[in-house]
Amino acid sequence: MVWIPSLMRDLTGGQARVSAPGRTVAELLDALEAAYPGVRERLCPGGRLHPSLAVVVDGRRAPLGLLEMVGEESEVQFVPAVSGG
Amino acid sequence: MPMPRDEHQPVPEEPAPLRVIGTRPPLYGAVDKVTGRAVFGADISLPGLLHGKVLRSPHAHARIVSIDTSRAESYPGVHAVVTARDLPEGAGERFERDNTLAGDKVLYVGHPIAAVAAESPHIAEEALALIDVQYEVLPPVLDVRRAMEADAPLLHEALRTWSLAGQAASPSNVAEHLQHVKGDPERGFAEADVIVERSFTTTMVHQGYIEPHASTALWHPDGSVTVWTCTQGAFPVREHLSSLLHLSMARIRVVPTEIGGGFGGKASSYVDVVAALLARKAGRPAKVVMGRDEVLKATGPTPGTFIRVRMGARRDGRIVAAEAELCYEAGAYPGSSVGSGADTIFACYDIPNARVDGYDVVVNKPRTSSYRAPGATPAVFAVEQVVDELAERLGIDPLEFRLLNCAREGTRRVSGQPYPRVGFAEVLEAARAHPHYRAPLGGPNRGRGIAFGYWGNWAGQSCCTISVNADGTVSLLSGSVDVSGALTGIAMQAAEELGLELEQVQVRVADTASIGYTDVSAGSRTTFGTGLAAIEAACDVIAQMCARAARLWGVPVETVSYDRAAFTTSLDPTKRLSFRELAAQLSATGGPVMGRGNVDGDVLRRGGAPGLHIADVELDPETGKVTVLRYTAVQDVGRAVHPGNVEGQIKGGVAQGIGWALYEGCFYGEDGQLLNPTLLDNKLPTAMDIPEVEPVIVEVPDPVHPYGVRGAGETPIVPVAGAIANALYRITERRMERLPMTPAYILERMGVI
Amino acid sequence: MDGKVRVQATINGQPVEFLCEPRQSLLECLRDVLGLTGTKEGCSDGNCGACSVLLNGRLVNSCLVLGVEVDGQEVTTVEGLAGPDGLHPLQQAFIDHAALQCGYCTPGMLLAAKALLDREPEPSEERIRQWLAGNLCRCTGYDRIVRAVQDAARRMRREADAHAEG
Ligand code: FES
Ligand code: FES
Repeated sequence: MVWIPSLMRDLTGGQARVSAPGRTVAELLDALEAAYPGVRERLCPGGRLHPSLAVVVDGRRAPLGLLEMVGEESEVQFVPAVSGG
Repeated sequence: MPMPRDEHQPVPEEPAPLRVIGTRPPLYGAVDKVTGRAVFGADISLPGLLHGKVLRSPHAHARIVSIDTSRAESYPGVHAVVTARDLPEGAGERFERDNTLAGDKVLYVGHPIAAVAAESPHIAEEALALIDVQYEVLPPVLDVRRAMEADAPLLHEALRTWSLAGQAASPSNVAEHLQHVKGDPERGFAEADVIVERSFTTTMVHQGYIEPHASTALWHPDGSVTVWTCTQGAFPVREHLSSLLHLSMARIRVVPTEIGGGFGGKASSYVDVVAALLARKAGRPAKVVMGRDEVLKATGPTPGTFIRVRMGARRDGRIVAAEAELCYEAGAYPGSSVGSGADTIFACYDIPNARVDGYDVVVNKPRTSSYRAPGATPAVFAVEQVVDELAERLGIDPLEFRLLNCAREGTRRVSGQPYPRVGFAEVLEAARAHPHYRAPLGGPNRGRGIAFGYWGNWAGQSCCTISVNADGTVSLLSGSVDVSGALTGIAMQAAEELGLELEQVQVRVADTASIGYTDVSAGSRTTFGTGLAAIEAACDVIAQMCARAARLWGVPVETVSYDRAAFTTSLDPTKRLSFRELAAQLSATGGPVMGRGNVDGDVLRRGGAPGLHIADVELDPETGKVTVLRYTAVQDVGRAVHPGNVEGQIKGGVAQGIGWALYEGCFYGEDGQLLNPTLLDNKLPTAMDIPEVEPVIVEVPDPVHPYGVRGAGETPIVPVAGAIANALYRITERRMERLPMTPAYILERMGVI
Repeated sequence: MDGKVRVQATINGQPVEFLCEPRQSLLECLRDVLGLTGTKEGCSDGNCGACSVLLNGRLVNSCLVLGVEVDGQEVTTVEGLAGPDGLHPLQQAFIDHAALQCGYCTPGMLLAAKALLDREPEPSEERIRQWLAGNLCRCTGYDRIVRAVQDAARRMRREADAHAEG
């Protein structure tokens, strides 16, 4: 289950959550792109995850980003990358 | 206590009680520090050392028409002058490069333009005056909301707003727009019986570390370079040098010195590249030490902000809707802490419907850097006053109101992420039970305020190695620098894991040639993340030593276990070797043993640390002067590895928060000049200004860490301004919509002036 | 180099002779000329106290004193605090009370505290806080520094009493 960021819901017809198949975040993005063209360019301009973003899988930040494995029941989110002082 | 993911470790039936964690040994390096022997950034000295000084822009916004360095170059005693032209063509990311040495534009007063290396700092300074720079002065934009307007002067002609809605078509000072939406905010507000909306502005504040930045570079005949620098992260400095100098990382050794405070401000590199360029051009080592005015003008303050918050609650006390707009000054280049501000603003609460919009905005002030829980203090200052007002309007005790609405395990944040186990409620309950909360105020013009804050923890990447010495001691190398006693906490975790006494662990900070990549010490991550690396290295040592014991005894390694500092085998109860006994036999059983720990702590799902602060203040109604009388800071720290150190972090963080709340700030004139570039008028709290802060440690262990550690260093600053504002409200009946809450502002709010 | 002035002073009890430029501050002379880098620079304009030293027993900001001014005078820096029998009671108390974190303000704090205790062996908390107000610490929030000074004062009084009796 992918949580669609609010600013991208124009691409999903307003849907906040969509499901897509895939064993990794990258595969899941491929499936999303097929269903909702334009998703990839927003999240990964130039083919790499935008530096301001982090991938969250099942509530934890996924350091492998697009390479991260996901299960069928997994929940995937894209959130601002945040570090600290 | 074994790592959760270390399956090959034999698990003792009953874990031994903790012996080292939770104790209060003297901090590593303390004797060197009290005797003046500790080596800080500016203390590096080398034969033939030159001294570098940096020429800085007098204008907040200007195009550089020309730079003529010839007179400076021929000045007696000068050995090198460098400008951006000395950086290799196309090296580094544009903004990084331009902030190191300006390209075609200067974007803030203090922007570095050129640098001189000379026999003495005085000669270098004299030579700076001989560099002739012609400018075309441009109008500056200094206020975040003005910078967002369509007709505002543009800092970067090519900058267009990026957001998940795509890249905007036209240029703007808004570098990024981010948004989180949860539920249906409109419907939520429709359900609300009480709605409060307020707007807040906060001023840029400097981290105020007492040690100015200092860097010393020495080039070797083979074209490699060594750089000694006071930094929160030697590896990020190495990457920065590598990208800006077009030099392979293998040719750069960054040696971190002791660091005289950083608080996020030394997570950025300012003079390392300049020192390296000067040294290379001069053919002699060069040291650049910043002056205090340079630190205040040109190193990262924390963003000034504009924040609007709107929240609605039902009569039964439940918050049903919230909305926030956060506009953060990034300074001259994109990258403010608005992301974490947006992440933190509603973090303490379970709110079904919410929307948060954040804007990262460039203005003609220095590029901002992290400052202890970056972005969170202004956000919490705003939201905690609105929460307080809701509670008041509903007639509910402010602490009970927060307890009614606080986040719990599984609560989804506005960004959608569910919380793991975090002690929000435990912290509130501990505060409610604390005598301070009900104690009489004991006088007129006094008020008590509370505020609730949170800082999420980042774990990052870390390396440690542990080498076993023949006498049974070990040498631990840490990739993290020793910020605020972190090294002691790291060594304590290794000692605990190894079953050794702390005195048997010698710990040192490694340079970048001696250990693997380790992230900057920031984001409350070091004790957690580098602690994990130390634990992993310790487990590796134990595994290797179990194999040695197995070899000595001729038993299968699976039968060997290590517990309470002794190796045993399940096959023969008479066989037993202490750590020390086995260490003495390493060379005869296969050679040295060295354990390694290289971790990405972010593979673990971890929660952050909430804190509830109670502040009693007294206001002089004539002068507007505020005195903080009593202060209690309750915080979930997971597990305090070194409780004394955690308490020290809390006291220090609160002290910084008090300064930020009441008087600190970088104030700029309309032309973009910093009006208070000294510590006289950029006032930091003194011993007269800070009461004895009482830390109350709550321990709700973080389940993902073997010892339950949470990051503790940043949360303590987060609620302070909010708590003081709420206390002032009890006296003045006015909400404080600006930071700092100076006497003049308070009197103005009261209608006195 | 020409234009340098010869200065003779007693530093940490040792006679010292050095050359300095007339414009060099005592802080620069200590750090850059004599290699006594224990004394720290935080601002060079008298506002942080990191450079505190004792000049003839009196507390000064060494960034505000010229090197040439100490000719014939006595200077005490952090390097001169510990004696042959170990740490000065203030140094020990700072360690025991965790009165330092980064340690950058510590040399200045120690000297400032010594100046106070040398003239007032039993200062009140209020007095300590006032006295130390010229020394900024960004890490600790000060209360442990105050506790350490109080404790050191007690230890020093005890030592002095023992001395007087013995
Ligand atoms: S360096 Fe002398 S007072 Fe700051
Ligand atoms: S201990 Fe860091 S400034 Fe005082």
